[in-house]
Amino acid sequence: MLSVAGLCTDYADARGTPVRAVRNVAFDVPQGSLFTLLGPSGCGKTTTLRSIAGLERPRAGEVAADGVVVYSSARRVFVPPNRRGFGMVFQSYAIWPHMDVFGNASFPLRAGRTPVPRAAVRDKVMRVLAAVGLDALADRPATRLSGGQQQRLALARALVMEPRLLLLDEPLSNLDAKLRERMRFELKRLQRELGITTVYVTHDQGEALALSDMIGVMNDGQVVQVGTPRAIYERPATRFVADFVGTTNFVVGRVVAHDDVRPGHVRVDTEIGPLCAYAGDVLAPGDAVLLSIRPEDVELVAADRRGDNVRHGVVDQHVFLGEATDVHVKVGERVLLARAHPRVAAQVGAAIGLALDPAKCVALKAAREPSAVA
Amino acid sequence: MDVAEHRSPFAGRPARSLRVEPAWLVIGAAVALVALLTLVPLAFLLWQSVRTPEWAGGAARTTLDNYLTAYGTGATARLLGNSLRYATGSALCAFAIGTVLAWMNERTNTPGRRLFFALSLVPLVVPGILFVVAWIFLGSPRIGLVNVALRALLGTDRTFVDVYSMAGMVIVDGLHQSPIAFLLMGAAFRSMDPALEESALMSGASRLAVAARITFRLAWPAALATLLVLFVRALESFEAPALLGLPAGLPVFTSAIYAAVHRYPSDVGLASAYGVTLLVITALGVWACARLSDSGSRYATVTGKGFRPRPLDLGRWRLVAAALFAGYFVLVVGLPLAVLLWSSFQPFYAVPSLAALSTMTLEPYRTVLAYPALGTAVVNSLVLAVATATIVMALTAAVGWMVVRARLRHRALVDHLASLPLAFPGLVLGLAILVFYLNVDIGVYGTLWILLIAYVTRFLPFGMRASTAAMVQVHRELEESAAMSGAAWLATFRHVVIPLLKPGLLAGWVYIAIVSVRELSSSILLYSPGREVVSVVIWELWENGQQVELAAVGVLLIGALLAAVGLAQWAGARLQAARIA
Repeated sequence: MLSVAGLCTDYADARGTPVRAVRNVAFDVPQGSLFTLLGPSGCGKTTTLRSIAGLERPRAGEVAADGVVVYSSARRVFVPPNRRGFGMVFQSYAIWPHMDVFGNASFPLRAGRTPVPRAAVRDKVMRVLAAVGLDALADRPATRLSGGQQQRLALARALVMEPRLLLLDEPLSNLDAKLRERMRFELKRLQRELGITTVYVTHDQGEALALSDMIGVMNDGQVVQVGTPRAIYERPATRFVADFVGTTNFVVGRVVAHDDVRPGHVRVDTEIGPLCAYAGDVLAPGDAVLLSIRPEDVELVAADRRGDNVRHGVVDQHVFLGEATDVHVKVGERVLLARAHPRVAAQVGAAIGLALDPAKCVALKAAREPSAVA
Repeated sequence: MDVAEHRSPFAGRPARSLRVEPAWLVIGAAVALVALLTLVPLAFLLWQSVRTPEWAGGAARTTLDNYLTAYGTGATARLLGNSLRYATGSALCAFAIGTVLAWMNERTNTPGRRLFFALSLVPLVVPGILFVVAWIFLGSPRIGLVNVALRALLGTDRTFVDVYSMAGMVIVDGLHQSPIAFLLMGAAFRSMDPALEESALMSGASRLAVAARITFRLAWPAALATLLVLFVRALESFEAPALLGLPAGLPVFTSAIYAAVHRYPSDVGLASAYGVTLLVITALGVWACARLSDSGSRYATVTGKGFRPRPLDLGRWRLVAAALFAGYFVLVVGLPLAVLLWSSFQPFYAVPSLAALSTMTLEPYRTVLAYPALGTAVVNSLVLAVATATIVMALTAAVGWMVVRARLRHRALVDHLASLPLAFPGLVLGLAILVFYLNVDIGVYGTLWILLIAYVTRFLPFGMRASTAAMVQVHRELEESAAMSGAAWLATFRHVVIPLLKPGLLAGWVYIAIVSVRELSSSILLYSPGREVVSVVIWELWENGQQVELAAVGVLLIGALLAAVGLAQWAGARLQAARIA
């Protein structure tokens, strides 16, 4: 439905020097799905979103929604933001303080190029306010709304004109933790019910994993991996993705050979001993690699267990987190983190075994950040 | 069809499109007007300073004679010396008074400081010429109230104060400018993060040590900027140098320019040469101010937190501080207004006494109300004030939007352009506009239009500050969300930008209307008979020696201005309340 291709956007910083914020970004979002741009601050995700909105003018590339090209450098097309018919929720919510709730929510219907009849305005606005649970507050001045209510009003305003595309710029980042969790699911429910194609920007990986149909991870102005939340988490394409999304153990090693038994796997000589790992890149014997192993995939076993991909160490530290327990295990000079069920009680100083599922150890070519896997 | 190039205000680079957005028509026109207003007089002033007058026996020619006349004699060195001494003295005087008061007001528990804060802003409303005249009534060696009273009290015939001196000029102007220092330094003290002081307290420093080693050190960049502002303003000031300095034989640049234009035959070339010199000095000052505020941002002590630190407990010194406040108030408001009020009820100027009490009369008011020029002048002043404020705020709202919001490479240039008149002393601007419209006859010379042009140019920077300050506070996303809601630029401007800016724009409007009524130094060169404004009428009354009538006009004018300020404050509070409710 939304298709972004070869998008490059610069912007001038405070001193007027152009900054290359977004380079060669491309992705497609199917009709009705929620696509998340995930990345650390300054990675260009918001600039990408604003380029789709038309609030930034890209230097090159093409943006099309529903087959309608809204920006194309090759064809010299730039549809201004107010003609794109996209809804957007801003990080600050941008609720107009000089209007009441109804005034804010009805603005898109009143200010657009095709004015909606009065009766229809009231009808549509009340319906969308009801959908976000603000219908009882329609006459309240916008300045007297709580953070969560402002967020919902911003959403209502973005939805009232039944946009083709909904753009969300870190809509939950200004809420406190509990409210954020609740709004996360409310947002997802609303998006599902309306079946509206959505692009969501966040730096919160938990939010991205919970909400998205697809995630595009961005770093340094480029999309480094596009995939389902599960693929992003379990099969990170680069060291950056493995590190940014979730917690991980990195183990350095060198490829010895392709595995005969498991296709797509390699045998690696690592700093903690020989391991079999899933090949996340095209690898050849002799390649220096980095293994990413999630803490929850490090299984704690009895010290006397032997086998493939079982290593041995000594419990170094034991941190109780409530819903889980973190066990730091020293294997040689390396400390590996294992996340276990809180009932696991490991004695500090005790010998312990670590069983590592080969499919969950992802081998990535070291010292190379593949560019734009998308 | 040709493809027109245009830029979207939302993006930085040019693109081709068949449409020209209305934003650029409005902004383009505004920028063009600003350029016309600011650059044209500057160019003509420079040109005129190297020309001989046309009627001086033959055609005008290009020459450096004016500069040779100006610099060829020791008179100019004296002029420069006077100007610098006067401006430095006045700036230091205003700064010392304003800073101490600001510190007491913001950082100590001096009793009654809120009241004094409001009262000490009154001099900002009082026109400079009235303040100076009031101080002549008070401090003239012959008729000055202070001298007469002290002589009677001590039984001598000594002169205690003489305003007709460099010290007199410095103190009178310094007192009049002190509220500016008070406001600027007060803002600096107020915006300081209290945690910076409190952490010094926690480190064991005494409260006075905190004031000396933290508070005043942190205020240092603001102090330097304030001093520069005061220095430039003193260089530009016209009233004290003309009324006090010229009789005492102490000319400065502004009074020398006035004298050169008003002698017969008037020497516009020489005045222009002086004007260019003064312009260079003030421009340097304004430039230094701008540089300072740029580099000062590294001291960024402003945090958005609203809470106030515990003020310094002065103990028994509180009463001394309160007495200082009271004394200041007497000097800048009480005495000057009282002497004007007294004089306005006398048939001719007299020192207060029991005998004079019996001769009190409403005669001066009757005279001035029947004074033919006054009615016209009041109407002219009002028309000019309303028109100037409206034009300036409309213009700067559009230009300010462009400077703050639109991402253009040269937007800073536009800001500088609109701020250029800051460097123009009122008298120099008046001279430049005079020269321009004498040479380019489009029928504005001798009408109110020429005053309107001067006022709009002169107060453009003030409008610019008010507009951009208001606009910076409006989050960019408030506008972008309107665009995403389908609103075009004009609709966004009308429904979102203007309503949000209204309080700020209104405050700017009121301020500009008030300074327009007070304006004298440009008007004095540009008015023509029948086109006087109120401040010029006051000037004429002084020149004619009609002191009591002047006092009567002054009392009426100050009353009207204070009423206007009160009304604006009340309206502003109502507006604010309406938004919160």
